[in-house]
Amino acid sequence: MFEYTVRRLLIAVPTLVIISLVIFLVLSLAPNDPMAQVPLTVPPEVKEKMREALGLGQPLYVQFWKWLVQFFWIEPQVLIDYFFGTNYSEDKLRVISWQTRAPVMDTVMQRLPQTLWVVGMSYVVAIAISIPIGIYSAYKQYSIFDQTGTFITMVGYSIPPFFTGPLVIVIFAVYLEWFPSTYDTLHEVNNWESFIIQLKQMFLPVMVLAIQGTAQISRYMRSAILDNLNQDYVRTARAKGLSESIVILVHVLRNSMIPVITVIALNLPLIFGGAIITEQVFKVNGIGQQLILAIYANDLPTIQTLTFIFAFLIVFFNLVADVLYALLDPRIRYE
Amino acid sequence: MKSKTKKNVPVLDVKKLKVNFQTKTGKVTGVNDLSFSIFPGETVCLVGESGSGKSVSSLAIMRLVEFGGGKIDAGTIMFASNSYVQSDLINSDQNKMREIRGNQIGMVFQEPMTALNPVFTIKRQLTEGLRVHKQMSKNKADLEALNLLKSVRIPEPERRLLQYPHELSGGMRQRIVIAMALACKPKILIADEPTTALDVTIQAEILTLLNRLKKETGTSILFITHDMAVVAQIADRVVVMYHGEKVEEGNVNEIFNNPKKDYTKKLISSVPKLGAMLGKKYPEPLKLDSKNNVKSIKIVGTTKPLLEVKNLVTRFPVTGGMFRKKIANLHAVEDVSFTINRGQTFSLVGESGCGKTTIARSVLRLEESESGEVCMEGVDILKQNKKDLLRQRLNMQMVFQDPYGSLNPVMKLFDQVAEPLINYKIVIGHNLNKKISELFDKVRLPRSFLNRYPHELSGGQRQRVAIARALALNPKLLILDEAVSALDVSVQASVINLLLDLQEELGLSYLFVSHDMAVVERVSHYVGVMYLGRMVEIGDRQTIFSNPTHPYTRALMKAVPIADPKKRFNRDDINFKPISSPIRDLGFVPEPSSYNMIKKGHYVLKNNIGYN
Repeated sequence: MFEYTVRRLLIAVPTLVIISLVIFLVLSLAPNDPMAQVPLTVPPEVKEKMREALGLGQPLYVQFWKWLVQFFWIEPQVLIDYFFGTNYSEDKLRVISWQTRAPVMDTVMQRLPQTLWVVGMSYVVAIAISIPIGIYSAYKQYSIFDQTGTFITMVGYSIPPFFTGPLVIVIFAVYLEWFPSTYDTLHEVNNWESFIIQLKQMFLPVMVLAIQGTAQISRYMRSAILDNLNQDYVRTARAKGLSESIVILVHVLRNSMIPVITVIALNLPLIFGGAIITEQVFKVNGIGQQLILAIYANDLPTIQTLTFIFAFLIVFFNLVADVLYALLDPRIRYE
Repeated sequence: MKSKTKKNVPVLDVKKLKVNFQTKTGKVTGVNDLSFSIFPGETVCLVGESGSGKSVSSLAIMRLVEFGGGKIDAGTIMFASNSYVQSDLINSDQNKMREIRGNQIGMVFQEPMTALNPVFTIKRQLTEGLRVHKQMSKNKADLEALNLLKSVRIPEPERRLLQYPHELSGGMRQRIVIAMALACKPKILIADEPTTALDVTIQAEILTLLNRLKKETGTSILFITHDMAVVAQIADRVVVMYHGEKVEEGNVNEIFNNPKKDYTKKLISSVPKLGAMLGKKYPEPLKLDSKNNVKSIKIVGTTKPLLEVKNLVTRFPVTGGMFRKKIANLHAVEDVSFTINRGQTFSLVGESGCGKTTIARSVLRLEESESGEVCMEGVDILKQNKKDLLRQRLNMQMVFQDPYGSLNPVMKLFDQVAEPLINYKIVIGHNLNKKISELFDKVRLPRSFLNRYPHELSGGQRQRVAIARALALNPKLLILDEAVSALDVSVQASVINLLLDLQEELGLSYLFVSHDMAVVERVSHYVGVMYLGRMVEIGDRQTIFSNPTHPYTRALMKAVPIADPKKRFNRDDINFKPISSPIRDLGFVPEPSSYNMIKKGHYVLKNNIGYN
């Protein structure tokens, strides 16, 4: 098991380096000029010097190498300094945003908590709702509950968040006025009332993201349970005289969770992707919104760094999925 | 014993049972008007071929049939519980049934590989029933689980408790399922084909185990099987079923010595019997019933060699560690030599894992061998390049065990049989139709099947299609890998007859791979017995069967159930050794096989391979 994890980690390193190279090359192909917004009165020689100051005069491989060093060597040092008060990273050049002239990672760290709260909470909600729904629709296959559930999940699956977002805003914020339409980042939770306000402002973005997650996971859960209900060991468990609740919730569920856990872990980074749009709709200033703003401003270091963070999340949760899979299923533990 | 005084009260009395299944096309009757009873301490066998409703009846008694979409429409199932109060299981609600299931009626299923939950330990699965029905504490249940494992004679019971099902062999898993079914000391044990998926030696062990447990505990057994030889070994009374209805019922001796119904007679006569070929030099088809005009043919063949296998070695790498390096070798085939003559059959026989299928695949080079020679008419297959190998494969074709898995479900039968011909561009255009129709004639399938899909056919018919496909290229050698093992006995008998007819007609050579000694005796000219990758004994069929010399060959013969209730297993005879592992370290150099010649053409392995 340990060897398996270590081997997977070792494979992840070259994967990530290749991903970052691809992102870098694709971005450098894009026609853009960080000086495009500079007023026309600035002479071209000065613009050229400004470009060189940003490091753009260097060949591509030097730029890539510098980004690699900054991201994988200097930024971790900043993190260590932050936690332990050391000063390894002093005077070293970090990944700087062209837009804000501040280190990209500082902005990311400021914005990450909002994203984690909204995205994380929506996923927790989605899992909590979808698993019982999946189990029950499978157990009562083709019942009215199952049919209705299938219909609703189809709808939830097929309508994208950029549509459901404005829709719930119109219904719940404009007509019913139950919840605010935007997310106030500056809001501080320090007593019961402010906590209620926090819950209220989280409700709509969490709901929009959770609809899709619920639809997906409950479908997977349903089919996993159905696969297992026909297995011989279920008949054996019933022949032992176990009650239906033990048969389903212990014997069948544990086996059915094996594929579902994988799906949950693999879909987590996709939710971050979906959050880019949802954050935009509800004005949550998370990292998704940061990415959109950076794209508008041609801020290549920020785009590069954020895209890579998303890629990293995908690789990381793939690894998590594999390890969880091995933990849940004793059959593949020793391979 | 309390059961003595109540011997005349059946523990289970099934009357006029009718079970229907609701399908898309309407109601299908699974069991109709079935009545039988089981008395204390008695073993009743329900016997019949697939689709006869025997499993459905057992599931109906447990009231588990409802979970599979079945419905009990009529009849009564009176069950005498411990207090001898009879109650009708059909009218009991599922709560009452839960108290009976696993507690008063235990059940063992056919497939030990899937009957256990893969994600829980053996201990957990064994103690579940005890804790539910006997309200035992965790410690007490654990202790009882250990005793149960001891009673089913599992080696190293303490270690087994902590293992997961996938770490155990099929035979051990079946013992665990039996231990589980017996955990709460039930009045009745229902065993649904418990030995069908197991090797013969393990089957013999399980059957003696069931007989012993019955004597020790007084449990009644309802034993379900398709195998008349097993029936003869274990039954007190027999109920023969066909298409959901009872055909005949009677004492085991009556059924075997004086069967009244034609179906029972056919069932008994289609069982290949070990020793039936005694004194006959050449294979001949089975006589299925007296009316049938089976030609009395003898397949003589020739003595000219077609395929010569010399010192074949096939090993599989076992990988492990951080970088998946090769850390050991699985010695699947170790220094094996044999010859197949033109028009004759050479059989490889042995238990699962002995390497017989690997040899079959190595001959076709579906597996790459490490060393040795496979000479087909003097050409070494192992040395051919890709193109020449393709041409060599024209001469040898294979038929696989599972007729359900070996045909493509979305291709018409015509296309499947035509595929090899199109592949080699041998027959094209209009002639193809003619050729395929002829092939269907050859395997005795109606031409109307040409445009059907595999799912419209029965198992036996599908296997005929697979044979037609193998014959399409006019091969000289057919490799039959357990080709008749998955079929019902009467179907099996007719496929065997077809194979023998084809051999006579076309002069084919067969490499016949099987675990079934009786079938091998029927079809072979020469036989090789395999154990742990080695050929332990080789010779002509008559010699091997009349004078088995290697201890393993003898054990294998002894384990074959005999379809005669007077010749039951002697409990003392049943002492088989578990097969040791064929996985060896990288540095291990196996010694070459050396043989003692008993007489001309009859060789017995000298090497010590752990079975002497």
